[in-house]
Amino acid sequence: MTTLAHGVSDAVTITKRNLIRLKRVPDLIVFATLSPIMFVLLFRYVFGSAISTGGISYAEFLLPGIFAQTVFFGSTTTGSSLAEDLKKGLIDRFRSLPMARSAVLVGRTVADIGLNLVSVFVMAVTGLIVGWRIHTSFFHALGAFLLLLVFAFSISWLMALLGLLVRTPEVFNNASFIVIFPLTFIANTFVPTNGFPAVLRVFAEWNPVSTITQAIRNLFGNTSPTLKISDAWPIQHPITYTLIWIVILLGTFIPLAVRQYGRSALR
Amino acid sequence: MADLIVVEGLIKQFGETTALAGVDLTVPEGTVLGLLGPNGAGKTTVVRILATLLHRDAGRAEVAGLDVERQADEVRAIIGLTGQYAAVDEYLTGLENLEMVGRLYHLGKKESRIRAADLLERFDLTDAAKRPAKTYSGGMRRRLDIAASLIARPRVLFLDEPTTGLDPRSRQGMWEFIANLVSDGTTILLTTQYLEEADRLADQLVVIDHGQVIARGTGDELKAQVGGQRLEFTAANSADLPALARLLTPLGTDTPQVDEQSRTVSLPVARGADDLAAALESWRGTGIELMDVGLRRPDLDDVFLTLTGHSSAQDDRPQDGSDKSNSGKGSSEPAGAASADLQKEKTR
Repeated sequence: MTTLAHGVSDAVTITKRNLIRLKRVPDLIVFATLSPIMFVLLFRYVFGSAISTGGISYAEFLLPGIFAQTVFFGSTTTGSSLAEDLKKGLIDRFRSLPMARSAVLVGRTVADIGLNLVSVFVMAVTGLIVGWRIHTSFFHALGAFLLLLVFAFSISWLMALLGLLVRTPEVFNNASFIVIFPLTFIANTFVPTNGFPAVLRVFAEWNPVSTITQAIRNLFGNTSPTLKISDAWPIQHPITYTLIWIVILLGTFIPLAVRQYGRSALR
Repeated sequence: MADLIVVEGLIKQFGETTALAGVDLTVPEGTVLGLLGPNGAGKTTVVRILATLLHRDAGRAEVAGLDVERQADEVRAIIGLTGQYAAVDEYLTGLENLEMVGRLYHLGKKESRIRAADLLERFDLTDAAKRPAKTYSGGMRRRLDIAASLIARPRVLFLDEPTTGLDPRSRQGMWEFIANLVSDGTTILLTTQYLEEADRLADQLVVIDHGQVIARGTGDELKAQVGGQRLEFTAANSADLPALARLLTPLGTDTPQVDEQSRTVSLPVARGADDLAAALESWRGTGIELMDVGLRRPDLDDVFLTLTGHSSAQDDRPQDGSDKSNSGKGSSEPAGAASADLQKEKTR
């Protein structure tokens, strides 16, 4: 077999391993599905009554934002799982095997797409129950879900690097909360940004979490001519801007994470 | 026999700390080298460098003539590593764990499965094969871990403290498994802080402390280096101890050591059995009631104590109860003179 074929087969082996784990650790799936349901219900019924979203219902405004936030959180699984593997000595074992250096990370990030897929599905069903609708074609909707998962995949590689650097799953989880909450709240995810103070508004307009949200709002048709959105370039070209981010994230963090994996050693 | 592992002048720094200060060792094919030392001596660092996990600062490190850094991939294909932590995925079953590792050695699906089943059988895990490793006892996990490192029939096996944390019974079982591997001709580098373990499993021993080799040889050679035999007399009543010590003193090559707790007088002697006979001769008729009488050769614990100036257990993690029960004989004060002698030995 060639090196490439080995690399692919190694990544498949590791992906399988991670998917089996997903099946055997129900807590992970339960958390990944229950928390988005909770978010949908809380925001829809608690904030929804007070937030004005122009011409569309709050449920329609909210769901794309929750999708974006949830896959962002879902991608942290990559980092905490790798930190755990490192802590348990599994990365040592893998590194002593004649396998491709990228395989552990590829297998991890690909399996985490699976986890995000499950959460997105559960959220979509919950959303449909509380009044969210898709107004465009099947292909637009498919495009939206794909973009969402690819975005999460690119974030996973950043998380992979952080997980390998931090080394302790608990520390990683706490640290990621501190970063992700502001990132997903200083955005157009839950409320329109028009009323934000100037600094926060500019941050929100250039925040990729806002643009992935805007991109899928556009693709699902969760928009309204009477709901005014920002004129900033990223919000006006959300798909392009999001794709640029995806390319930058993958281009930067795949090599950095693979390099860190090669160096990472249990101390 | 060719040397399958060659280490020369190996140096490794972690920041300010010198982990390895020029270690030399060789392991001939088909033999077991026991790398012995207390925690933090550098044992694991040697293993990690040889297993391609850690970059070295200087020196030579080769496995089967392959440089562990420049030819890391070739090295990985012929080695197996069992680290200090049982590196098994606890959510996979025993079988799944082994199959996964087999696939990652590129064994092929069928071959991986056959090897996995074989090894489960051999390591007494067949009944647990379909259970997640999470449900395994510590000893079972270690066995699974070793089985995983054997799946591709490695020519060289690294066992880093394979029995640390195991209860005495599991440790005994693990020794039998390792002894079987040796009889298959696998070349093994074994690290341990249990001297009994090294004595039992290894052909050659290398003792390291603070990143330096302080002694090498077979178990017998090391024991001979430390000195000869000792008489041990255990009295029934501690009140008799001073009398017993006085009685034995003329026979010894050094002053006797008295351990109140075990009520034992221990004395280095030069002529072995003759001294024992003489000692019994002079004891007869004294009225001192004896519990036990014996001639003891130094074990590796004594070797360790003399070589490093501190006992092997000194900076050990907490020992389990079983170890305490038989460490009574080691609890006598280290002979200051003997350890000073060995300081000379070191610099020789």
